[in-house]
Amino acid sequence: MAPAQPLLQVEGVTLQYRTREHLVTATYRVGFEVFRSDRFVLLGPSGCGKSTLLKAVGGYLKPVEGSIRLKGGEVTRPGRDRVMVFQEFDQLLPWKTVKQNVLFGLLASGTLSGREAEARARAYIEKVNLTRFADAYPHTLSGGMKQRVAIARGMAMEPDILLMDEPFAALDALTRRKMQDELLRLWEDTGFTILFVTHSIPEAVRIGNRILLLSPHPGQVRAELNSDGQDREDPATGKRLSDRIHGMLFSEPVPEDEAVAHG
Amino acid sequence: MAERPAAAPRPEFVREEVREHDIGVVLKPLTAWERVWGNGWFRKGLILAALALLWQAYGAYLNNPLILPTFGATVQSFAERVANGELPGKAWTSVKVLLQGYAIGLVLALAFTIAAITTRIGNDLLELLTAMLNPLPAIALLPLALIWLGLGNPSIIFVLVHAVMWPIALNTHSGFQAVSGTLRMVGRNYGLTGIRYVLQILIPAAFPSILSGLKIGWAFAWRTLIAAELVFGTTSGSGGLGWFIYENKNTLDIPAVFAGLFSVILIGLLVESLIFRVVEQRTVRKWGMHA
Repeated sequence: MAPAQPLLQVEGVTLQYRTREHLVTATYRVGFEVFRSDRFVLLGPSGCGKSTLLKAVGGYLKPVEGSIRLKGGEVTRPGRDRVMVFQEFDQLLPWKTVKQNVLFGLLASGTLSGREAEARARAYIEKVNLTRFADAYPHTLSGGMKQRVAIARGMAMEPDILLMDEPFAALDALTRRKMQDELLRLWEDTGFTILFVTHSIPEAVRIGNRILLLSPHPGQVRAELNSDGQDREDPATGKRLSDRIHGMLFSEPVPEDEAVAHG
Repeated sequence: MAERPAAAPRPEFVREEVREHDIGVVLKPLTAWERVWGNGWFRKGLILAALALLWQAYGAYLNNPLILPTFGATVQSFAERVANGELPGKAWTSVKVLLQGYAIGLVLALAFTIAAITTRIGNDLLELLTAMLNPLPAIALLPLALIWLGLGNPSIIFVLVHAVMWPIALNTHSGFQAVSGTLRMVGRNYGLTGIRYVLQILIPAAFPSILSGLKIGWAFAWRTLIAAELVFGTTSGSGGLGWFIYENKNTLDIPAVFAGLFSVILIGLLVESLIFRVVEQRTVRKWGMHA
């Protein structure tokens, strides 16, 4: 029962960025479509341009070729219809409390004001179970709590699509697992659309309902797969989803030390 | 392969957690001495008292008030001059000029830095100007200022502005440049641009650097002011603390010279502990942004 019109259309996108010495092609003619309420995962090893791709969808970067369209309109700059959640803990404003951070998004963007903004901020802080810490400053929170605040701030905007750039990568394994469960629970609650970048196969299989596999140097589409979060065996090959992904990503043997060096 | 010694079989076990109120002391008040010693004011007070004692002892041993009056004589002279209103009046004259120069310097520094982060040419301008003018002692400009602006406060304010502006601009600018890319992207994500972006993201994020720039600027301003008054306070009519020191040196009233220096130190301490420290506690420390 997929709606006819995709929410986000990425077509033939080539992205390049400049370093001091080189012009680097991050992705080459990548295309995919995200529908409403998708949990769409961009998965690939380091150097496949998945974060760069996410930044382009966020509007921080212009493709040299191809197009990115949200609800039919070309993406040209950052905007509140695509809210980004970063990996870094310093994405929270340290001079604002948890509540002020969530409010900041709503007020700065002019989405809501006054009592309405206050009420919505409170509601989303409750959704991520941080009501007790609403008046705490970010530096007093643990890493997992900081990421929950960032997610609450993003969700409070009720954007068309939530862009998540390896949001759990800096967390310890136990917290990361818990955050994945919480994200899925939040999704059950509200059915928001997520574009999620990760380099972890288990995380992609758990979080995503659709997984785009990218190969590195430069990033190109390798496959697009469905997932129901259970890592089931594929009837055709008898292999688990994660093993299939693993096989596809490592079919071209990469020297071990190089893979480590880029990680 | 080497033979590994087999460990004796060890049983597994699982324990119940001890509940909090069974543990006994979890929170215990410190003793009175621990609390007093933990107070920074108390420790610094002790150091001050020790220094005063040393001064008093050496002054008494020297017994030559023309070279080093005792601490007691200095305090006495200070108290007399405060009581007859001379020192507060001079201090106020100095502080008034100081605040004017400081405020103008601060505004100019902010304008320069904002120009520097918004345009590339502004950035080049600021980098060049700070590199050239920051090392130039403000006092060295005083002769020029006297020719341009005449004797009096405008000349002093001119050198003060020079003393204050560059260190503040330099610190603010490097603070702005050090704002993390993530925070910048967050600001743009929520639609902040132009002056709102500067006010809501850059200035608070760079506040630790800005604050240290303000402190350095304050110290430079004081030094420059006292030096400027010493050099030509004679011609500027009423005169401030520098002039007070100079005047009393001429009449060989050395305890009063020390009392003047004493006031300069005292005002510095007051500003540091009453203004800068409070600002720091309410901002940078509360936000966990101090390095």
